[in-house]
Amino acid sequence: MADFEIPEPKEIPVIPRVQPGVMSHSAPFVAKPNFQEPLGFPGELVDNWEDVAVKKLGELTGKYRSLQVYLDSCVKCGACTDKCHYYLGTSDPKNMPVARQDLLRQVYRRYYTLAGQYFPKLVGAVDMSKEVLDDWYSYYHQCSQCRRCSVFCPYGIDTAEISMAAREIMDAVGQGQKYCNEIIGKVYKIGNNLGLPEPALVDTLEGLEEEVEEDTGVKVRYPVDEKGAEVLLVTPSADFFAEPHVDGLIGYGKVFHQAGISWTLSSHASEAANFGMFIGSYENMQRVSMRVREAALELGVKRIVFGECGHAWRVAYSFLNTLAGPFDFLDPKYPVPQHICEVTHDLIKRGALKLDPSANDDMVLTYHDSCNVARASRMGDSPGGQFFIPREIIKAVCNNFVDMPPDTIHDATYCCGGGGGLLTDDLMELRVKGALPRMEALKQVVDNDGVTHMAAICAICKSQFTKVIPYYGFGMDMIVSVHQLVSNAIVLANNEQ
Amino acid sequence: MFLTVLYAFIFYAAFIILVAGLAFKIRQYWTTPAPLKIPTTPAPTTTTGVVFRMGRELVFFESLFRSSKWTWIFGWMFHIGLFLVLARHLRYFIEPVWWWVELIQPFGKYGAFAMLAGLAGLWARRLLVDRVRYISAPSDHLMLALLIGIGATGALMTYVTHTDIIALKAFLLSLMYFDWLNMQPLPGDPILVLHLTLVAALMIIFPFSKLLHAPGVFFSPSRNQVDNPRERRHLAPWAAKLESGGQQ
Repeated sequence: MADFEIPEPKEIPVIPRVQPGVMSHSAPFVAKPNFQEPLGFPGELVDNWEDVAVKKLGELTGKYRSLQVYLDSCVKCGACTDKCHYYLGTSDPKNMPVARQDLLRQVYRRYYTLAGQYFPKLVGAVDMSKEVLDDWYSYYHQCSQCRRCSVFCPYGIDTAEISMAAREIMDAVGQGQKYCNEIIGKVYKIGNNLGLPEPALVDTLEGLEEEVEEDTGVKVRYPVDEKGAEVLLVTPSADFFAEPHVDGLIGYGKVFHQAGISWTLSSHASEAANFGMFIGSYENMQRVSMRVREAALELGVKRIVFGECGHAWRVAYSFLNTLAGPFDFLDPKYPVPQHICEVTHDLIKRGALKLDPSANDDMVLTYHDSCNVARASRMGDSPGGQFFIPREIIKAVCNNFVDMPPDTIHDATYCCGGGGGLLTDDLMELRVKGALPRMEALKQVVDNDGVTHMAAICAICKSQFTKVIPYYGFGMDMIVSVHQLVSNAIVLANNEQ
Repeated sequence: MFLTVLYAFIFYAAFIILVAGLAFKIRQYWTTPAPLKIPTTPAPTTTTGVVFRMGRELVFFESLFRSSKWTWIFGWMFHIGLFLVLARHLRYFIEPVWWWVELIQPFGKYGAFAMLAGLAGLWARRLLVDRVRYISAPSDHLMLALLIGIGATGALMTYVTHTDIIALKAFLLSLMYFDWLNMQPLPGDPILVLHLTLVAALMIIFPFSKLLHAPGVFFSPSRNQVDNPRERRHLAPWAAKLESGGQQ
């Protein structure tokens, strides 16, 4: 099934002993010039790339306080060393967060600190070299920027910030990653990650309407580019046809239908994902974000709602106001933007949705907290809403719910193993191994509590799990969308708008 | 007399390097913008909440407690011990001695043991746990050696071979008040001289080393930011320039 060893899930997870270099061969495909240039990066490795890299590093420490403080502050206490799912799954010590940071820190020290300039050996500082660049390319593409290490660091050092900076430097010298940069290019050219053009989108949604009507006898609408709708829904393009994502999209439509809220998708902003974050590029992240603002203005909506997508929600919740705000042209009664789970949760609380949880009685559910939702955003008014809102929705639409062990959920959740721009087939070994801690936690509730399905609210998590879960002996249909569960339980009424 | 003058110079230099170095780094942290809201969530939604979050980190090492009980117990022992010892040392710099400094003298004396035990534990971890050994540079070991050296020579003077502490205080006060014409001599006990040398080394190294975690912790955006990005637009100066520059 695979040309690498699939890790064995243990009853009681163990911290592996370090095995230097075992993942040094893992690296994604390098972006060709035609994927680099539309994003404003050099097509291939520039001649004086060592200087460019060092200079870019200096520029970034001046632009990002996080980077400057994090490069200086680490005391090598080791608290993070057993927190990364990629270390736990691969045993490669450079996948320990501190060691991953040190790949950049060693260069920072060499060129930007007195200690590193005069006593490089003493403080572990090294010159910028091809070897270093290769290590960066390999190991900064073994970080899903999930921020689990940052939760456990006494100074909150966030390896995501470091790996974003490293990727930005690599883009600046002309060694970008194909997967992310190609996708960002598609968003600019066509409007979404999957490269789905407008007519195909319209067609897909019409098909969806027919399917839902056939299933339920009710005409639920899935509109695109409808001016004057109340809500602009921005959702990951995987929701348009990937399984189980599309079942979630069907659910959003049913919720809006049942609540009598008019809504629309936009062909201009037909993608919630924003891979600009993964490559650490403020400019690209902003350019991708502006589509949402433009679509909202063009369609004259009053609210913006995001569908189930983890990193998109981070960008939306934490950055959108910064990148594409202010949103003073929208209805001030609602936060901008809202998560679809906030909308549904609010409707459930107000009794606006008729639900029959027995429709999901064939399943025993658990819930996977997506990293970016859990540790880099919020839902609702109070801290931690991102944990209880999705769970309350699930409990309202399902009778059987069990949480995974406490050290693997909420802000201690393990990444699915495919986030941060790593959801690509050229990193399959890494993805399978990185899923180990989540698989171990899942196996526990499957064995002890009879869990049959795991719900998620992230397009990447859903795609990653459906792909890697068979390696661990589970069925790929075990992964469900939260709004797929809502969709199953919702009792529709004819509600012509 | 040579010793006295030499150490007067060393301590003035060390003090200037420490203060100027830290001032430079703090200014750098202060003036470098944080363009995006990146608190590790769940995060407080108010400034008061952030003050409490930071307070818990500073006093209890909350995050470290969650991650590793061994590192936490050793690290916390060391820092609390160091804090008590430093507070106790105030009496060598202040005349008349404040009442609360008098009060904590016994705690400061035993603090030395907490400090040394904590450092020993941390070093043991660094040597014995393969993951921590892997990430240790020579400077990480030397830093522990330096701190243990300071703690050990200090404890030695408290418990075994006392120095002329009155003379030392006179020396320190004449340094502090720039009383150069009437400079009091530094006692020449080897243990004391070693203790002072190591302390001066620590002061000089401080702004160039990982000891920058002390000011750094206050500036960590993942801990000190308020979670309110939807309510308040957060915009760094360089990002604002990007915007007015006609970014589409």
